[in-house]
Amino acid sequence: MSAPIVEAKGLKRVYEVKQGLFKEPGRLQAVGGISFSIEPGKTLAVVGESGCGKSTLARMVTLIEKPTEGSLTLDGMDAVNPPAGKAKDLRRTVQFVFQNPYGSLNPRKKVGTILEEPLAINTNLPSGERTERARAMMAKVGLRPEHYNRYPHMFSGGQRQRIAIARALMLSPKLVVADEPVSALDVSIQAQVLNLLADLQAEMGLAYLFISHDLGVVRHIAHDVLVMYLGHAVEQGPKERIYARPLHPYTQALLSSTPGITGVKRKRIVLKGELPSPLNPPQGCVFSTRCPYVTDRCKVERPQPRLLDGRYVACHYAENFLKETAA
Amino acid sequence: MALLEIENLSVEFPTQGGVMRAVDGVSLTLDEGEVLGVVGESGSGKSVTMLAVMGLIPFPGRVKADKLTFNGRDLLTMSESERRKLTGKDVAMIFQEPTTSLNPSFTIGFQLAETLRLHEGMDRKAARRRAIELLEQVGIPSAESRLSAFPHQLSGGMNQRVMIAMAIACNPKLLIADEPTTALDVTIQAQILDLLMTLQKERNMALVMITHNMGVVAETARRVMVMYAGQIMEERSAADLFDSPQHPYTAALLAALPERSEGATRLATIPGVVPGLYDRPRGCLFSPRCAYATEHSRNVRPDLRPWAGGQIRCHYPLGDPNRNAEIQADHPVGAEAAS
Repeated sequence: MSAPIVEAKGLKRVYEVKQGLFKEPGRLQAVGGISFSIEPGKTLAVVGESGCGKSTLARMVTLIEKPTEGSLTLDGMDAVNPPAGKAKDLRRTVQFVFQNPYGSLNPRKKVGTILEEPLAINTNLPSGERTERARAMMAKVGLRPEHYNRYPHMFSGGQRQRIAIARALMLSPKLVVADEPVSALDVSIQAQVLNLLADLQAEMGLAYLFISHDLGVVRHIAHDVLVMYLGHAVEQGPKERIYARPLHPYTQALLSSTPGITGVKRKRIVLKGELPSPLNPPQGCVFSTRCPYVTDRCKVERPQPRLLDGRYVACHYAENFLKETAA
Repeated sequence: MALLEIENLSVEFPTQGGVMRAVDGVSLTLDEGEVLGVVGESGSGKSVTMLAVMGLIPFPGRVKADKLTFNGRDLLTMSESERRKLTGKDVAMIFQEPTTSLNPSFTIGFQLAETLRLHEGMDRKAARRRAIELLEQVGIPSAESRLSAFPHQLSGGMNQRVMIAMAIACNPKLLIADEPTTALDVTIQAQILDLLMTLQKERNMALVMITHNMGVVAETARRVMVMYAGQIMEERSAADLFDSPQHPYTAALLAALPERSEGATRLATIPGVVPGLYDRPRGCLFSPRCAYATEHSRNVRPDLRPWAGGQIRCHYPLGDPNRNAEIQADHPVGAEAAS
């Protein structure tokens, strides 16, 4: 087992929201204490609905935002309060691939310029070497040499996402944070990009923090899964365990509401209602307002994550689900 | 009698680079109370086909067809004003992005009542009562107070429910849902799909579900039509299609789904991209990406023909016992290297 590239402990992010001129600002807890670690060559997938805080988590890991509380270690260095003069190195170890390749590439720059920009800013390489590296990276992600002088609008969605991935890898990061990298792509193209991500991981030993709401994709690419709901991790552990036997009612509902084509009609758990406002979260378990098994205890006492059957789960009654499925 | 009959429908858009054929020779019949799934990648013409049925193709687009009838009435010769009476009443459509399809400057109550007053001739009070009833039917809590809400005050799932309420307001015989759940979260998607299917059964509506999500189709439709670059590639019952796809494109699409390749480290892919305006192949449109392409399929475009209880547009359907011999006889070339 090698040392983890990223280690987060109790990450929290709170925003202050103005609610009027004279009213106290509200406290919006986007992420409420998330811990995880990723080793080189491994993928952690973060799953959850919109508004559950997965993008805020990604912004903290990529050092775009500072966590309000908690500690974050990147490649052995403290990332919340980096040692003097190390902040720039730290930023090079982690890179971001965005969801929409139509919006994340500058339309006025050629592919070559886009790929060389990170090198021009962060290194002292001469321009000849920058070009060489950009061309090598293009070959790696399956772009042809003649694409070097083209503009982003001349490419299809899948190719643009290849460019975005190439740009993220230019500085040889150790961790790549990918925020829904394939959800804007068609099925046949999605498969190409997922294969590329897997190849690059095997070749360069990259760690991925993969954010997605598509459980089919997550099942394919992830090693570990973190299920988020309203800023909290409700279930977290190895993919095999969670997919085989989801122990949190929210994970169960998520898995059962994903339409499948396997032919076997599963019993679908349809959740009522929507995500509560994070400005006014439920006092007890965050999921208590929509949970089909809710009890009075759930409404007042917030369950803490605990180890059960090889994964962490935050539910008072997880043992019951474990017994049920075992029987 | 079939509710909707389409024969050889084409939709063309003149562009600077020549005429762009968004829909090319689509034929289809739909019976009352039937659920049809239309799948295809972006740019395959699935939405444009249905917009043509709705009469919503904007100028300078041209709609051509040998036959286009709804409930026995010819849509091609119908006057504009008659068509408008039909659209929104007997044929209704739900669009993909609920938040952008609703008018942001009017309350949802006003927008719902507008449909009812125009098509059903209701007065203000009756329309309001009916609007509340409809909102309750689609599962919006405290419906009466929501009438005065603006679209931006509701969530995406709620707005989609409002869209559905609006579409079913006049008891349509045919409901077209264009990617009704793509913009929504999975748990909300399950709610909306359940709602659509219950309404469909209750009212015995014909439902056309346009989507690129194979899972959504598998769970809802009884019949599936697969489109590629404006043409129907395969059309069969859903169970058969997912069980034993006959067209190489359908088979490749299904194989590319992550849930179909469990345990495998790599996903099956389809090399290349959907042909555009300038690189439309002479023969079969899928031939540049097809693993079984031959000289023959490169040069001769296959016709849509009846096959195994449905339709197919392929020279060598996967279930044909003689296909290997035929492919060998026609000089196989296989798929070009991915670009």
